[in-house]
Amino acid sequence: MGEGAPGRSGGARGGRAGRHPLLPSPAARVAPIAPAAVLLLAFFAAPVVWTLWASFTNAALTGPGAARTEFVGLANFERLVTDPEVLNATVLTAVFLIGSGIVGQTALGMLLALLMQGRSPWVRSVVGGIVVGAWVLPEVVAGFVWAAFLESGGTLNRVLGALGAPEQAWLTTVPILAVVLANAWKGTAFSMMAYSAALSEVPGDLKDAARVDGAGTAGVVRHIVLPLLRRTVAATLLLVTLQTVQVFTLIYVMTAGGPGGRSTTLPLLMYTEALRMGDIAYGTTVALALLAVAGLFSAVYLRTLRPEEVR
Amino acid sequence: MKRAPAAAAALLLAALPAAAGCEGSGRDPGTVKVVYQDFGAFRAADAIMRTVKEEFEAANEGVTVDLHPIEAPAEDYQTQVNLMNQSASEAPDILYEDSFTINQDVEAGYLHPLDEYWASWEDADQYSEQADAAVTARDGSRYGVMLGTDTRGLWYNRTLLEQAGVAVPWEPEDWDAVLEAARAVQDEFGDEVTAFNLFGGTPAGEVSSMQGFQMLLTGTPDRLYDEGSGTWTAGSQGFVDALEFYDTVYSEGLSLDTRDMLNANAPTLNLEERMPQGEMAISLDGSWATQTWIEGGASPWPEWEEEMAFTAMPTQDGSAPGATSLSGGWTLAMGAQTADPGLAWEVMAMALNKENAAEFAVRGAQIPVRADVAESEEYQERSPIVPEANELVDVTHFRPAYGEYPRVSQAVQQATESVLLGDATPEEAAAAYDRELEEIVGADQVTGG
Repeated sequence: MGEGAPGRSGGARGGRAGRHPLLPSPAARVAPIAPAAVLLLAFFAAPVVWTLWASFTNAALTGPGAARTEFVGLANFERLVTDPEVLNATVLTAVFLIGSGIVGQTALGMLLALLMQGRSPWVRSVVGGIVVGAWVLPEVVAGFVWAAFLESGGTLNRVLGALGAPEQAWLTTVPILAVVLANAWKGTAFSMMAYSAALSEVPGDLKDAARVDGAGTAGVVRHIVLPLLRRTVAATLLLVTLQTVQVFTLIYVMTAGGPGGRSTTLPLLMYTEALRMGDIAYGTTVALALLAVAGLFSAVYLRTLRPEEVR
Repeated sequence: MKRAPAAAAALLLAALPAAAGCEGSGRDPGTVKVVYQDFGAFRAADAIMRTVKEEFEAANEGVTVDLHPIEAPAEDYQTQVNLMNQSASEAPDILYEDSFTINQDVEAGYLHPLDEYWASWEDADQYSEQADAAVTARDGSRYGVMLGTDTRGLWYNRTLLEQAGVAVPWEPEDWDAVLEAARAVQDEFGDEVTAFNLFGGTPAGEVSSMQGFQMLLTGTPDRLYDEGSGTWTAGSQGFVDALEFYDTVYSEGLSLDTRDMLNANAPTLNLEERMPQGEMAISLDGSWATQTWIEGGASPWPEWEEEMAFTAMPTQDGSAPGATSLSGGWTLAMGAQTADPGLAWEVMAMALNKENAAEFAVRGAQIPVRADVAESEEYQERSPIVPEANELVDVTHFRPAYGEYPRVSQAVQQATESVLLGDATPEEAAAAYDRELEEIVGADQVTGG
């Protein structure tokens, strides 16, 4: 197959006729990546394309939409923008993301990483062990543990009761706060580990130089450590955001989105519409709204943490 | 059945031909796949299907009756069955189907008509016209056979009511009489006893809509759906009044705490714990409650016959006929993808025969639909159904079993939830329901408001 392409023989590199005899043909070069490409198309591109397609139809689990799935144009999107439940769920998703993902996991993870720096090995292993333990726990178990902790007769109320505080039904009075706390508790380990790794890469002499110039601990963190960690922060924030907006199990186990939709984030709404109501088409439309929320936050990070904008 | 999603996915999933879902693929004509619910206190379908499997396989060499019990509450059960139905190779041959989902599943093309088999079935004349109507779809064909039916009313604890000074047997004549008795119980026992359980909210699902809200609405002159004009009703006074009743019950603390009510397991906990332990005085619930308490039930309670009594739920102001009830009922239906409908029917007919129907009625605490079962000595001796519940068949109502109903019912559940949480006044919740209703069925299908 080697000498089949003489077309470029008259070019600048005239000495070499066509392709180097040892280079395979284009088809042969593509062949090794074909299995991976097929897998990617099948398992990543296909569901995305299918979701997009379904959101323009009346696909349903049962009823006429299941027998004859028809194209309905923008009807699902019109419903989406006027649906008060979607607005409510979008706001709650943002609250959940900012509360548990950004303030909770990222800030707490950074704080823990900074505090653990230079501590004795046993402190590091005990703190790390506890935090990572929460992360390793399956989501369903974490959900039940937190539900039991916050329940009316649960641990928190017993402790508060012993201190003389009134009992609270945390899961019904402040359900979104309850799930935010649980998710921060569960997910902090990831940020902590990422930041711990990045912190160990910060050169000690830079920090020493800053201290010689008169910077205190806060100054060193602000002017030396954080700028150097910028890329890690951006990457971690992005990952945490994408993980947080799609949390389903934890919320479903703890509150099932209730009461009165007060902890129904977009993934729970998606589930209710697609599987409880059997409205697959509208469920996929809500999924696209979720994609938009995640995309919006990601774009904000990428912009604010872009290298050029940091002096 | 060609389904566009499957076709689109199949194009991209060239490497996985199994997903293509071609007609009839992967179906073994010698296997009859039976799918049914087996959850909570409800074990009756499993019991009769196991008998059928044993007997049918013994009598028919080479045939396999493949049982698929699904352990999930009704809503999740339906979702799982629908997902199975979307794949030609996974779809059941026989399914345990709630009568109110028949229309939508016929519209989806999931069910096989039974007219041909029904016409030549010797037992067909045992079924009443009412049972026929419930399984006949809008296209005029029959798609299921009723296994049993039920009614709803007030269960009450004789001892607790007597101690609270309410005359027993208790026969409340209107809504106020129900509230008065509940208040008397509350005054006597305070927080120790839930005076009056009224289901509401989305977690309990259809239970809230049927045992709760619609037991009130059907006691008013208004309905969810107007059969005369064939439209859904918005802005009715009865709807607001029913929500007012919720508001009264929950603002006075007569029912469960909202956090206990907004627990998907509330119906089960009531029957298995709160009622046997004497922590609940009155509960608006189904006639099948006794299936939990009988021998072999989920929470046997031999004293239930002395402790508990059943009475009709009165209409709002006691106007004729004085009482109201709702009835549902589950059926056996045949899947449209079945490879050998004749064989599937034979299995169905065995599951529906007199012995199995009687067993189902007893174990599931159902009101039988077969006349010969209802009259049989065996059933009458063993039936855990109280006679008062049987009598309600005369005043009972059925849900508007159209394709939109499950979504409308969800909107009803949301209305009750916002009222019982105090998030909305009855008027506000009713107005929100009207908007939601228009969204679900379309403005041209709604009257009133």
